[in-house]
Amino acid sequence: MANILVIAEHDGASLKPATLNAVTAASKIGGDIHILVAGKGAQAAADAAAKVAGVAKVLLADDAAYEHQLPEDVAPLVVSIAKGGYGHVLAGATSVGKNLLPRVAALLDVAAISDITAVVSADTFERPIYAGNAIATVQSADPVKVVTVRTTAFETAAAEGGSASIEQVAGAGAAGLSSFVSAELTKSERPELTAARVVVSGGRGMQSGDNFPMLEALADKLGAAVGASRAAVDAGFVPNDYQVGQTGKIVAPELYIAVGISGAIQHLAGMKDSKVIVAINKDEEAPIFQVADYGLVADLFKAVPELTEKLG
Amino acid sequence: MKILCAVKRVVDYNVKIRVKTDQSGVETSNVKFSMNPFDEIAVEEAVRLKEAGAATEIVVVSVGPAQAQETLRTALAMGADRAILVQTDVETQPLAVAKVLKALVEKEAPGMVILGKQAIDDDCNQTGQMLAALLGWGQGTFASKVVAGDGKVAVTREIDGGLETVELKLPAVVTADLRLNEPRYASLPNIMKAKKKPLETVTPDALGVDVTPRLQTVKVAEPAKRQAGIKVPDVATLVDKLKNEARVI
Repeated sequence: MANILVIAEHDGASLKPATLNAVTAASKIGGDIHILVAGKGAQAAADAAAKVAGVAKVLLADDAAYEHQLPEDVAPLVVSIAKGGYGHVLAGATSVGKNLLPRVAALLDVAAISDITAVVSADTFERPIYAGNAIATVQSADPVKVVTVRTTAFETAAAEGGSASIEQVAGAGAAGLSSFVSAELTKSERPELTAARVVVSGGRGMQSGDNFPMLEALADKLGAAVGASRAAVDAGFVPNDYQVGQTGKIVAPELYIAVGISGAIQHLAGMKDSKVIVAINKDEEAPIFQVADYGLVADLFKAVPELTEKLG
Repeated sequence: MKILCAVKRVVDYNVKIRVKTDQSGVETSNVKFSMNPFDEIAVEEAVRLKEAGAATEIVVVSVGPAQAQETLRTALAMGADRAILVQTDVETQPLAVAKVLKALVEKEAPGMVILGKQAIDDDCNQTGQMLAALLGWGQGTFASKVVAGDGKVAVTREIDGGLETVELKLPAVVTADLRLNEPRYASLPNIMKAKKKPLETVTPDALGVDVTPRLQTVKVAEPAKRQAGIKVPDVATLVDKLKNEARVI
């Protein structure tokens, strides 16, 4: 059986949880799982990858060219490794994975399969289409299956328990097509949106960014991450990396609290796989109530502070 | 600089789609179609680059059935100069579209190709990246800001933790995110004028591209339905239910 190559997403020091979800998806395909850590000074991330349960080997490509994971530089590296006997190349369907893997697939002249939610067999996968309103089962006859994994559809693999060997690999380095200029990251003390157990999201009904601290207070009580609908982001209430939906982040927490969100198709695509959905909205006809397990028809400016207080 | 812009005709984003009972796909007859929203943003950006003097000509391309002409006319009404329809009734998958676009890029020699970041029907988010790979060009995906300079372009990208700016050597491929701009509405006079703009039709065969789908769709099914929930009368009941019934807090 051919080996499976999982592309690690990392910050040099540690792995991003999306990598662990991708490892779980890989384990459902069957075959030896290898992780590629490409970066600069990424030994610590490679050590972390070697400890992941179920991983047979870690490939470490340490080169200044891979520091910012630019796809122009990393894709040729992945392609040269993948040609050495891999049947699958996997990554989490994060902004990094979505940027890189289609480039890899084209260089291998194979189709890419985006955002899989289930592994049916080694060549057949399920993936949502039309904003999650239909589930397509697709089969690939290509020699290498290049796949991104919807992280919320697979458990995280255990970060401890493995003892993979680490092998150094060399790539071609910088392709000279692109360069990193700067990054502007949103700072937050709260858990990462896609990994949080509880998510509290606000929509247009919040009326202004000034009202979001009310949701943050509730989120802090619950140890939750704060999200938003596209309406709230477009209105400038919160930065766009808060956005939950087809074009933002896909979340599937145990508890999702939608506050002042009507529940457009685009938003539902990003959260309808949550275990329990609570909606607080003053419009009892809002579509969000059709997917909510518990709906409260109330003015959010009264209900949210009361909820925060009762949880105290 | 010439800009090539790729647009796709998709089921309108407001339509509640229905899965066919034989599970072969999604019902598309008698359904409203329109331009993929991300592609409208791509066209708008190209038009703005032209208005700012950074671009000289905008060529819009669509790969799809004869009806995709309407989508191209919409782009022409927004300000594109001419259009090319690569007509095929085969299901268009990203790798095939990328190969068609590559063939057109080699013919038209644009300085930049702008696409939407994903189509809202297949939700693939692949074509721009694949095109950049096939051409050996740099890629600025999920762009929320594009600043074209001399021989290069700075692209601010939306990433999971915030924003990132990369600089690409031109020619390059850019894919548009929602926040790149607010697309304009085509005015009636511009819609009338667009009817006179050139629209060329070619076939994938004429471009030497095989568009046979590489992935086989085994079936398309409805997602699992959620159980209908209940409405609670007040916050106290909600807290009680979450604690004792759902046990999530």
